Amino acid sequence: MPEGNPITVRDSAAAGRAPGRRVDVGRVLVYAVLSVFALVVLVPLVATVLGGFKTLGDLRVNPLGLPSTWVWSNYGDILLSADYWVMLRNSLVVAFLAVVFTILVASMAAFAFSQLRFFGSKFLLGYVVMGLMFPTATAILPLFILIRDLGLMDSHIGLVLPKVAGGISVAVVLFANYFRNLPGELFDAAFVDGCGYFRFYWEIVLPLSGPIIATVAIINFVASWNTYFLPMVLLSTPELFTWPLGLMDYTDERGSDWQMICAFVTLTMLPMIVVFLAAQRHVISGLTSGAVKS
Amino acid sequence: MKTAVTGPLAPGIPQRSTAALVTLFLCPGLLIYTVFMVWPVAQAAMFSFFDWNGFGWPTDFTGFRNFVSVLNDPLFWKAFGNNLYLIVFMMATVVPVALGLSVVIARRIPFAITFRLIFFLPYVLADLTAGLIWRYLLDGDYGMLSEISLFGLDEAYVLANPQLALTAVAVVMVWKSFGFHLILFVAGLQQIDHSLYEAAEIDGAGPFQKLTRITIPLLAPTIALSGFFVVISSIQAFDMIMAMTTGGPSRSTSTMVHYLYADGIASMRIGFGSAIGVVIFFITLAFSATYRKLSGRYA
Repeated sequence: MPEGNPITVRDSAAAGRAPGRRVDVGRVLVYAVLSVFALVVLVPLVATVLGGFKTLGDLRVNPLGLPSTWVWSNYGDILLSADYWVMLRNSLVVAFLAVVFTILVASMAAFAFSQLRFFGSKFLLGYVVMGLMFPTATAILPLFILIRDLGLMDSHIGLVLPKVAGGISVAVVLFANYFRNLPGELFDAAFVDGCGYFRFYWEIVLPLSGPIIATVAIINFVASWNTYFLPMVLLSTPELFTWPLGLMDYTDERGSDWQMICAFVTLTMLPMIVVFLAAQRHVISGLTSGAVKS
Repeated sequence: MKTAVTGPLAPGIPQRSTAALVTLFLCPGLLIYTVFMVWPVAQAAMFSFFDWNGFGWPTDFTGFRNFVSVLNDPLFWKAFGNNLYLIVFMMATVVPVALGLSVVIARRIPFAITFRLIFFLPYVLADLTAGLIWRYLLDGDYGMLSEISLFGLDEAYVLANPQLALTAVAVVMVWKSFGFHLILFVAGLQQIDHSLYEAAEIDGAGPFQKLTRITIPLLAPTIALSGFFVVISSIQAFDMIMAMTTGGPSRSTSTMVHYLYADGIASMRIGFGSAIGVVIFFITLAFSATYRKLSGRYA
C-alpha cells in the first residue's frame, strides 16, 4: 500500500504553485487522510482473509494480527469440496445467461427505438424506462407465484428471466443513447450497399458497440453474481444454489466457526475481486455511468 | 429485408416491413420485461386487495384491509423508522466523506488511481459478503472488538445490542458505498470549468471560499444524485440485514423489505406481503419524484 514514503519525493509538480513548506504539510495531511480511509476499507478485508488461515483459538485471542501458525486446511477443505465449485458454477451460469440475454434483447429493442420510426415508439420507450422505478421487493411475491405456476420453480432459467427483466430498463437506456450517437453516414453507406436492417444491426451496430456492451455486461454481471433475495425465494435444491445461498447456508451450519466462515467468505469474494482488479477502470466507470445515466 | 431503402429513417420504407421489423426487434425484450417485471408489479397491486395464502386463486376480497393492517402494524413503523434512520445516517456521513475525498482525489495527485481503486473495492462486493465480514469483525468473542476485552473492558456485543445494531448496519453501508459516491463526485468535479477557480484566485479567494462558493454550489446536482442513491439503497436494504442480524435483536434492525420478507413471504401471506410491497413502491416513487423536482431545479 502506498503510504507515507512518496510524499516528500514527489511534490515537484506542486512546488511551482506555492511555497514549498506549506505544500509539504498539506500533502502529508492529504495522504494521511487518504491512508486512514484506505485502511478502514482494507483492514476488514485483510482480517477476513487472514482469519481463514487461523485456528479458532488463535482467532479468539488474535483477531487482527498474522496467524500464529498458518493453517492451510480451512481453505483446503473448502476448495476440495464439490459444493464450493458447484455453487460457483451455478452463479456463473446464471450470471452468464442473464448478461447474454439482457445484452441481446435490450440492444435489439434499443436499436428499434433509436433507428426505426414507428407509431407509439415514445410511449413504448417510456413504458420500458418506467421499470427503473420498480423495486424488486414489490414484485417478489407475485414473481414467486408466477415462476411456480410456470413450472420454473427451482430452476436456473426461472431465476434468469426475472433478472433479465429487471436489467432491461437500464440496458435499453444505455444502448439507445449510444446508438443515437453512432455516425449517420454509417447507415447511409450500409443501406446504399443493400444491407438489411437485421444484418446492419448484427454486423455493423453490435461490433461498433463494444464499450456500451462492456458497460451493460458489467452492470448485469455484478447484479446477477451478487443477487440474494430472488434466488432465496426461487431456489430450494442445494445443488442449484448460487454462491450467496451457499454462503448463508454454510454460515448457519457453522455457527461461530469463524475461521471457516472467514475462509468461505474469502473464497466467495475472490472471483469478484479478480474481475474487479482485471478490469478496474471498466468496472468503476460501468457501474457509475450505469447508475447515473438511468 | 429486400426493400430498397436509402437511410434508416428514410420516409420511403414501406409501412408493412417496418412494422414487421419493429415487432421483431422489440418483442423479445418487451415480452420478458412485461411478463417478469410489469406483470408482477401489477399483480402485487391486485393481490394486495385479497387475503390469500398463495394456493388456488385469490377469492377472498378484502378491499383496503391489508393496507390498513400494514399501516396499523407497529412493526411496519419500526421498520420504516429504521429505514429513515439509515437514510439520515448515510446522508450525514457518505455525502460529506465522499465529497471531501473526491476534492482531494480529483487533483490527480500521485497514487490517486490506487486510492480510488481501494475505495471502490467494497462496492463490488455483495451486500451479503460485506455484512458477513462485519458480523465477524463486530463479534464480541472473536472479532476485532474482542480486543477491547483485553484492555479490561466488557466484551462488546454490538450486533446483539438493540441500541447499537442499527448504527452498526449503517456504518457497514457507509463502508461499502462511499467509494461509489466518491466516483460520482469526481465525475461532477470534472464538469466544473477550471477557469472559475483561476478567476477566484485572482480575486483573492482562499481554498475554503473556493470550496463553499464554487465547488459545492456547482456540485449541487451531484449532491442531489448522491442523496438519491443513498435513499434508494437504504429503502432496499435487505441482504446486508440478513447477513448481519436477520432483523434482530427484537426488530431493531428490521427494514421495510425485511418486514416484507419476515411477515409476508416467510408466512406466505401473499395479500399482506403484496400490500407491503405496494407501500414500498409508493414510498420509492415519492422519493424519486422529490429528487426529480430537486434536480430539475438545479439543472
